[in-house]
Amino acid sequence: MSEAAYAPPSAEPAAHPIAEFRGVSKRFGEVLAADDLNLSIRTGEFLSFLGPSGCGKTTALRMLAGFESPTSGEVFLDGEVVNDLAPYRRPVNMVFQHYALFPHLTVAQNIGYGLRQRRPKPPRDEIARKVRAALEIVRLEGFENRRIWEMSGGQQQRVALARAIVNEPKLLLLDEPMAALDRKLRKEMQIELQNIQRRLGITFILVTHDQEEALSMSDRICIMRDGRIVQTGTPRELYDQPRNRYVAGFVGTSNFFDGVVERADAYRARVTLGCGIALEGRVLAPVAAGQAVSVSVRPEQIRLARTATGGETGWEVTILNRIFLGEHTEYLVKHDGLGEFMVLTPRQAELSDGPFNAGERLTASWEATSALVLDNDQAPQAN
Amino acid sequence: MTQRGRNLLLLAPAGAWFLVMLVIPLAVVIIFSFGERGPAGGYVPAFTLEQYANLPARWAAFKNTLMLAPAGTLASLLIAYPLAYYLAVRADPRWKTVLLVLVIVPFWTSILIRSYAWIFLLGGRGIPALLDLIGIDNVRLINTPFAVLIGIVYGYLPLMVFPIFVNLDRLDKRLLEASADLGASPWRTFLQVTLPMSLPGIATGCLLVFILLMGEFLIPAILGGGKVFFVGNALVDLFLQSRNWAFGSAVAATLVLLMLVSVTAYMRLIRRLGAQREDVALM
Repeated sequence: MSEAAYAPPSAEPAAHPIAEFRGVSKRFGEVLAADDLNLSIRTGEFLSFLGPSGCGKTTALRMLAGFESPTSGEVFLDGEVVNDLAPYRRPVNMVFQHYALFPHLTVAQNIGYGLRQRRPKPPRDEIARKVRAALEIVRLEGFENRRIWEMSGGQQQRVALARAIVNEPKLLLLDEPMAALDRKLRKEMQIELQNIQRRLGITFILVTHDQEEALSMSDRICIMRDGRIVQTGTPRELYDQPRNRYVAGFVGTSNFFDGVVERADAYRARVTLGCGIALEGRVLAPVAAGQAVSVSVRPEQIRLARTATGGETGWEVTILNRIFLGEHTEYLVKHDGLGEFMVLTPRQAELSDGPFNAGERLTASWEATSALVLDNDQAPQAN
Repeated sequence: MTQRGRNLLLLAPAGAWFLVMLVIPLAVVIIFSFGERGPAGGYVPAFTLEQYANLPARWAAFKNTLMLAPAGTLASLLIAYPLAYYLAVRADPRWKTVLLVLVIVPFWTSILIRSYAWIFLLGGRGIPALLDLIGIDNVRLINTPFAVLIGIVYGYLPLMVFPIFVNLDRLDKRLLEASADLGASPWRTFLQVTLPMSLPGIATGCLLVFILLMGEFLIPAILGGGKVFFVGNALVDLFLQSRNWAFGSAVAATLVLLMLVSVTAYMRLIRRLGAQREDVALM
């Protein structure tokens, strides 16, 4: 399965990619952890591998770091094949999931570790200067002589980051770096990581299962599933033009109505649902009559009204549940044929007509262009 | 009952044992060491430093002990470390337990019997005969310090392997990846991460083996053939053969003192080496 065929224009390989996977597969015994990966990573970008655990994202990262070598295919770093190059010979550094800081060394010794391995060894004062600069970047000035166990989780994370960036790597790999932090710290760290990345211009590659994290930080996201790359694109591209139901379910939330294509052309398709209702939707990747598809409608693209508006198809729904989210209100509604689905209503829209109450009968409607007809053959449990 | 009272009650059995089996005998030894030998052996009360003045008579035993105990500890460490490393880091996890049991298996047989086996191996018809075949003749192994050293390493190896194994087994392997990721070759990773992190295991193993070796008498008796003897052998001789309890006590008290001094010095050294690590209790 070639990724290039489906990739939006922005995913075209750059003139000089800093790293590249070409037909890379990795097998662990019976398990195919990475299946024909093709991806070109641009110099200076912030790219995320996003997917559930076991999707192969960590394997991809470890092949860049050199901890795993591909079973087939080629991994390129800076224009050269590095399939079997040992980790310690690669101009790549990693921030480990549980930081893997050396407990027998101080904070400064941890950060200077990479510099001390260089041959010829840099002079002492140069190491000290760089370590200080790195501590400044992660805002831990004055913590040089602390012990690792004296630091909080968030501080340890910063030390791990400083230990990697001080080496000025060509690629900085981040393996679920925020997994162990609480929500508030994670938010802070996300913003900080982005700032640091822009400031240093180092290519960042993040592995995460947290879609919010990937969406908020990345220039591009590479969505993975079962060892394969499903789609690569900017967060907006993935959100607006998901390749299939899996991507639409993974990036943001959506309502899916499963059915079979009745007829289709290059732009539009008509889909018959199980209940007999027919829905119209936009086509992004070609579909053929008879194909199993999902019609995806984002909750914020559905309008609720007490009276039917003209020009669009309206669906008679009953409100089952209401969750007030401040700026938005989330409604769970039920239609006799379509079943249950979510509607996200902005506060603005409610000023005239709402708020709506549980049990109320309303009309739900959306524009035909906001409904996407997506391939469903490999997404049994998305969303 | 107060917390303090409960604590005392719980400590009473160990305290009583400690008093009866350790403090009182040690006091007796010290008292005896200032006494004299009776006409028919045993002990006659007195207060004299004569026994201590006589210590140089057993100089050879002290010299052997003070050389072979550290040498045996060091040799055990050098052989045990790679073994423990292999078991903890490299060995297939499925075989780990089996391999570990194999290290203990020799312990199931008495050290006496195992040492006798070495008499044959080191004797004229054992290893020297094999060396003779390849042209190296006139090698004498049995009844030499080397034979005692081999016996020591053989007998005490598991005691050294275990603490180091446990230590290396708990070592977070991700630290090794982190080190490689930061540009350290496997050898430098070993020197800068694995070795310093396994220091507590090394310290424990060395202490265990060293203390036991200082009091060793069986292996030198069997493999040293009366030519290479430890303080332990001197004590057996003084108490059981020549029945000179007073002099024996002086030798024993001196040995205890030497142990105290060397172990204290050792602990200081280890504490300094491990000073960076508060999270690992060394002893």
